[in-house]
Amino acid sequence: MIEILFFLFAAVAVGSAFGVVLGRSPVASLLFMVSTLASVAGIYILLEAHFLAAIQVMVYAGAIMVLFLFVIMLLNLGHDYQQDMKGWGASVVVLAVTGSMAGILASRFSGAAELEFLAEANTAAMDAALVEKGAVGVIAEPLFTTYVVPFEITGILLLVAIVGALALAKRRVA
Amino acid sequence: MLTQALVLSAILFAVGTFGVLVRRNAIIMFLCIELQLNAVNLALVAFSRVSGIDGQVFVFFVMTVAAAEAAVGLVIIISIFRHYETVNVNSFNLLKW
Repeated sequence: MIEILFFLFAAVAVGSAFGVVLGRSPVASLLFMVSTLASVAGIYILLEAHFLAAIQVMVYAGAIMVLFLFVIMLLNLGHDYQQDMKGWGASVVVLAVTGSMAGILASRFSGAAELEFLAEANTAAMDAALVEKGAVGVIAEPLFTTYVVPFEITGILLLVAIVGALALAKRRVA
Repeated sequence: MLTQALVLSAILFAVGTFGVLVRRNAIIMFLCIELQLNAVNLALVAFSRVSGIDGQVFVFFVMTVAAAEAAVGLVIIISIFRHYETVNVNSFNLLKW
């Protein structure tokens, strides 16, 4: 059952990823992207990362994609169907390079049977932690103890991003 | 399951790279960068099955940085659009040799 669901989500994710790349209008690309993000969230659930799946749907597929949509609407790019791909020659070369990159990575990963073995050994401990602390607590506990300094720095980063975005947006064009 | 997830993340990353290199529309290039980030997140979640919860904490940080990056990047695209009236990156060749 889990295997079937995994391959369903994986097929939707890869298909929508190609939709993002090949979509003619930015809005179509963006909606394909939402579909990819939602399927990856499904795979997170299958990998027992429930909190990250929720964050993925709310923050990524919700907030960030709506931000993109706002910008597309604001710039009025929705019905601008001009072709912006590179030429066929360049596209084929890039496809060959990235395809072989994916092939090499995929063959390395699928040959790593010891990873499955290690994961099997670790599953019981992770399941116990999930039951004991809950899906949020299992992330929150290291986040607020071991990683509390990076967490606070993340707050500063977001503040800087907000200020920077405002400063850039309010600047008058010379 | 774990290795399949890693293979999927490799495929998604390659598709994102292909998009960044082939498309000339700045917004779609940006979406493809998000796709690459997401592929890396998937790999981190998969590896967190092997080496404990730290990988998932790292994904949390990556998502925050991605949100900040999206905000600033989109504002840069808006200011470029104000200046050039287009988001096709072939039009921005000031720094190109």
